Amino acid sequence: MSIRERLSGNEAIATAMRQINPDVFAMFPITPSTEIPQYFAQYVADGKVDTEFICVESEHSSLSACLGAEAAGCRAVTATSSAGLSFMNEVLYVAASARMPIVLAVSCRALTGPININHDYSDSMAERDSGFIQLYAENNQEVYDNYLMAHRIAEHPSVRLPLMVCEDGFITSHAIENIELEEDEAVKAFVGEYKPEHYLLKAENPLAVGPYGISSYYMEARVAQARAMINARQVILDVAADFEKTFGRSYGFFEAYRMEDAELAMVLMGSSAGTAKAAVDGLREQGIRAGLIKLRVFRPFPAEELAEALKGCRAVAVMDKSEGFSAAGGPLFAETCGACINLETRPKLIDIVYGLGGRDFTVDAARSVYQRLETIVRTGETGPVYSHMGQRE
Amino acid sequence: MARSAKDINEQIPWRELTTGCEIYEPGTSRLTKTGEWRSKTPEWIEEKCKQCLLCAPFCPDASIPVAEGKRGDFDFDHCKGCGICIKVCPFDAIRWQE
Amino acid sequence: MAYNLKEEMNKTERFHSGHRLCAGCGAGIVCRAMMRAVDPEDKAVICNATGCLEVSSFQYPFTAWEDSYIHTAFENASATASGVEAAYNVMRRKGKLDPSRKFKIIAIGGDGGTYDIGFQSLSGALERGHDFTYFCYDNNAYMNTGTQRSSATPRFASATTTPAGIESVGKKQNQKDLTQIVVAHGSPYAAQTTLFGNLKDFHEKAHRAIYTEGPTFVNVLTPCPRGWQYPAEDLAAICRAAIDTCVWPLYEVVEGEYRLTYEPKKKLPVEEFMKMQGRFAHCFKKGNEWTIEAAQEYVDKKWEELLQKCGR
Repeated sequence: MSIRERLSGNEAIATAMRQINPDVFAMFPITPSTEIPQYFAQYVADGKVDTEFICVESEHSSLSACLGAEAAGCRAVTATSSAGLSFMNEVLYVAASARMPIVLAVSCRALTGPININHDYSDSMAERDSGFIQLYAENNQEVYDNYLMAHRIAEHPSVRLPLMVCEDGFITSHAIENIELEEDEAVKAFVGEYKPEHYLLKAENPLAVGPYGISSYYMEARVAQARAMINARQVILDVAADFEKTFGRSYGFFEAYRMEDAELAMVLMGSSAGTAKAAVDGLREQGIRAGLIKLRVFRPFPAEELAEALKGCRAVAVMDKSEGFSAAGGPLFAETCGACINLETRPKLIDIVYGLGGRDFTVDAARSVYQRLETIVRTGETGPVYSHMGQRE
Repeated sequence: MARSAKDINEQIPWRELTTGCEIYEPGTSRLTKTGEWRSKTPEWIEEKCKQCLLCAPFCPDASIPVAEGKRGDFDFDHCKGCGICIKVCPFDAIRWQE
Repeated sequence: MAYNLKEEMNKTERFHSGHRLCAGCGAGIVCRAMMRAVDPEDKAVICNATGCLEVSSFQYPFTAWEDSYIHTAFENASATASGVEAAYNVMRRKGKLDPSRKFKIIAIGGDGGTYDIGFQSLSGALERGHDFTYFCYDNNAYMNTGTQRSSATPRFASATTTPAGIESVGKKQNQKDLTQIVVAHGSPYAAQTTLFGNLKDFHEKAHRAIYTEGPTFVNVLTPCPRGWQYPAEDLAAICRAAIDTCVWPLYEVVEGEYRLTYEPKKKLPVEEFMKMQGRFAHCFKKGNEWTIEAAQEYVDKKWEELLQKCGR
């Protein structure tokens, strides 16, 4: 039986963590993810978990401690945001290449500068090539559900990769919404025990982790890691199928909203989807064939499925909530274009960078994007491929 | 996937590498014959040796085997010929080979 | 339990041959001795900072370690060890490990990974009080990248980033006194040692550190023949000169109480240490005599301070 509750995204993550009862949590505070370890510290103080909770002196150390703990044979977790994720950068790559299935909650927040505590995906997008699996969420329910699925995906023997559960800073992390929680025992049963075959503290045989790899091995090691990320595709779908069977809520690589006959589509991630869906509904009432793709899984990138979903469209706006400074568009745009490149007929694609540092995204703004797409279809002129939206001119 | 370091070499395909390049057994470095690096070779003069064992812990390469409190001849598969043992021996029982 | 070299050498080797450290590298001697200080019935997890030792002792698929080993990065050996220790605690608490099987958590790094880039993570782990021992093999510079100066490089040493030249007499600053900084953390045991005699001093300090509960620290002066520019075979003589000149005083601090563990019968002039090494060769050139005087002055000052701390 699900339990109806009202929680913020941060508390939803902390609740999922409490239910899973990870072995080690190494924390370091940063806005807006700080509440996650704060809630968790109270669970520790109240004896609701028997996790080893360590307050380290930096994010670099929090992930390093997770890496040590995971290699030692534990389920290790942490949470961070923004500069904290950037400070972890080096260790993210180490964790992924060492194939340590750490689960990292990220309350996505802008990167400096100027320093800003509000939401965009500058932090998580900067780590898109770190080798972490990345799951994104529209709302608190999805954050919670993604967290319940996270360990099973990360720890699957054909995957063994670390995973980021991303939520939108403040918008999702702090806003209180209705949520359906699952019972503690049902969660424990779904997630299961962590039983690695080899670990540092195994008495029968030693384990050596993190070698120097000469050129004769490096390429092969990277190919094996790339294969693990490919394998994660099926595992994500399998775990989602079991999740649906167990708890009733359905997840895929992305949500295709009113896409069946869509001519105009938007591709975006996270909480903006609610706003964009309202715009789509309004346009549909006017007879405009608008649709929306809300990406849940950014790593591994579901290129084939996304291309399949977009192939019938005539114009697509990719909404990037991070500025990649490529002078040619943001990371989601580059990936979406790459996904569509071999379609027989493909839509016109434009990139709109929006919502940086917490800049509002309104239904009117979403509607204006579809209007631009409509103009592209009508005139056949793409216009500027890469532009920004919401800034003062 | 290979399970043992002896089965891992520069010819095996990527699928044979251990996950994350982990190793699940102790002391596999012994498979590397660092004795090939040696440009000068020490010589143990057994009759001069008082078995004080001062040489043994000073070998960076664990190449002075000790069993039952007595050293044996060098492990030339691994001795790199640094000569530290020659200098720490109080009895001149180790010298460079001519 | 009195130290007995024969018994020590009868122990099963726990840092094996076939590693790729340079011929005559002190770090190989340190690791062997460090692992002998772990009681044979106990196991260990070694957390190694990036450096010479790491690239040489675990080059895939060849590990020199008998025990479990993890390398993650340069600056985080202590944080990694913190995670391993946390795992050890929780797994024992949850009944996931055989309670009769003890593991000792050991971190090891060079001076770069300890005095410099790994300093924050070391300080954090010391403050949190994890039950682990940190060994620093201090070879006075970034040797893995080719002898760049670190905060452990002594004044006047020529390093590749502080080379001696017409306008330079080598490094300008004295060595950071890391051991005393560790002591200031309230560590229950900290010590300085090096490689001399029958390694009794090293063994006793290492064993005491490993078997003292809490975060403990052993700083080992570890000569590097390439970086210090001396014939590899002279390692023991260099270590001896370091302690007899008091360039590297031997002491231990137990719960804040200083104890001198070696006092030279006759304190030798610092040039006896310096003249053995090419990195100080410029100090002996005409016109640079003052450098030896300045080095002596500093060593004397530090030695007097230490004697006072030890209640002499």
